[in-house]
Amino acid sequence: MAVTPVDIAAAPAATRPRDSAWTVVWRFARKKPLGAAGGVLMLVMLVTALLANVLQTHDPIATDAASTLARPSEDHLLGTDHLGRDIYSRIVHGARVSLIVGIGSTLLGSVLGGVIGLLSGYAGGKTDLIAQRLLDILQGLPLLVLALVMSASLGPSIQNVIIAISIPIVPRASRVIRASVLSIREMQYIEAARALGLTHLRIAFRHVLPNTVGPFIVLVTAQLGAAILVEAALSFLGLGVPEPYPSWGRMLSVSAAEYAQKAPHLVLFPGLAISLAVFGSNLFGDALRDKLDPRLRGA
Amino acid sequence: MKTYIAQRLGIAILTLFGMSVVIFVLLRLAPGDIVDVLFSAAGYVNPAEKQAILKELGMDKPYWQQYVEWITQIFRGDLGKSYRYDLPAWQIIRPLIPVTIELAILSTIVAVVLGVPTGMISAVRQDSTLDYALRVFSLAGLSMPSFWLGMVIILALVSWLGWIPPLTYVRPWENFWLHAVQFLLPALAVGYRSSALIMRITRSAMLEVLREDYIRTAWAKGQNETAVVWRHALKNAILPVVTVIGIEFAFLIGGLVVTETVFNLPGVARFLVEAILWRDYPIVQNLVMFIAIVVILSNLAVDLLYGVLDPRVRYAS
Repeated sequence: MAVTPVDIAAAPAATRPRDSAWTVVWRFARKKPLGAAGGVLMLVMLVTALLANVLQTHDPIATDAASTLARPSEDHLLGTDHLGRDIYSRIVHGARVSLIVGIGSTLLGSVLGGVIGLLSGYAGGKTDLIAQRLLDILQGLPLLVLALVMSASLGPSIQNVIIAISIPIVPRASRVIRASVLSIREMQYIEAARALGLTHLRIAFRHVLPNTVGPFIVLVTAQLGAAILVEAALSFLGLGVPEPYPSWGRMLSVSAAEYAQKAPHLVLFPGLAISLAVFGSNLFGDALRDKLDPRLRGA
Repeated sequence: MKTYIAQRLGIAILTLFGMSVVIFVLLRLAPGDIVDVLFSAAGYVNPAEKQAILKELGMDKPYWQQYVEWITQIFRGDLGKSYRYDLPAWQIIRPLIPVTIELAILSTIVAVVLGVPTGMISAVRQDSTLDYALRVFSLAGLSMPSFWLGMVIILALVSWLGWIPPLTYVRPWENFWLHAVQFLLPALAVGYRSSALIMRITRSAMLEVLREDYIRTAWAKGQNETAVVWRHALKNAILPVVTVIGIEFAFLIGGLVVTETVFNLPGVARFLVEAILWRDYPIVQNLVMFIAIVVILSNLAVDLLYGVLDPRVRYAS
């Protein structure tokens, strides 16, 4: 049987009592208080998204002509917008949209880019060169500009927004994974696997891939915040998530700006929600990067 | 060095060519065209009329022919005609460029002035309360949508100072101060975000350099902190910072797309959004190519600057 790197890594761990998941979390929180705070923020967002129907006080898309632009009160915790819709309930449901689009596009882009990076880094030579030049093309445009053109050409829907944001992530993901594949490729156990006559595909996916998990997780958390921000910007411009889904970005759009002076809460709260969500994932991502991939520290 | 520049230029041209294909294909995939947009108000499109308009705009030809025509036009310096305004595209784009360039340069200045010193302080006082505070401050900048920050700045000005920023574009020769304020506000909003990246890279580069032997030597010679940090450390830490500034300058333009819309500034980025919504292909194609050229040129400039700033790079190549 082939001895995989996973087996070797697991061996010494077995002799020492395994730490429970809670101990690991607790140690992380003690060492990285800021990262833990970020993790809590992300957890809050996740719970909000899952329990949006329970946490809401009003129907997020029901309009109420009698109370438009109401200030925050007991009935409407964060006030209402120009159509009388409850801002609090809309923000709670917006967490759902932001998370679905954020996680969906980040995972799609990272997996796609990761596979390309893995194969092109492992193959090397001309394949690698061509793949990298092709990805350079996608990286020649700012993330938002490419996402903008993509989402305009695909048409407005949640799936299309996810695709539009994921494509610009592909070259970034591929670069990170490729860099770590290049160093893993030269390891002795890869040579051993080759000597055993394993196929290239098997070596790439079974022996190289598991060792890129660290950088991959770091990459995903780092891109999540950016993806949420791009979704907000696209929706703000009217090219993102369509009605009737309440999206934080669209809540800030032109109509909100129009009433901003009369009702500042229209602008303040959705923006705070975006900022806190992205802040949380950035804090968490930073701490995770320090922990999993010290070489990238501060980069 | 010469072969290096030639090689970089070759790659840049190939990338631009690939970009033109990607953009062209993407825009042809888009559902609906200018005719649909023009007639959407009427609710009914006469097929014969639509065909006539498409023919007039050259949109009835096969795609490959449209592409070849576009590229040959670009080489002749002709950017085509805007479907929407029925004017040469260049005539519309030209006055927009200085606005965006001015905004991008101002934002970069804000980002550098804010990012480099805070990064240095953070590195020199590593793990102090000040370091933590500065890092949280910069991460906050990375987390706020710059267009929202812009809206909040305007709101704050209105409610605290009772001053409403001009809603229409003021030319510098009409009223210089008003113009300056009008550009400084979005530059602050966009620059704060970029400063976060610059701060982080400055901090980590400084931390690395401060651990070097020659820094210990400088301390051992009894030099004061100012000399060690500014004269010895910064010189070597600045290289990665320059890279990030170069990359950021290009990517600022992405951030400007939304910020120009919020502040109602007639720049390239805001116009790109309008053109996309109108399916005004010649404008979109050319604006996106313009942005791509700016991005690739600034990356190229960074590469070349490397050689100037770091003799090791120059001799190695």
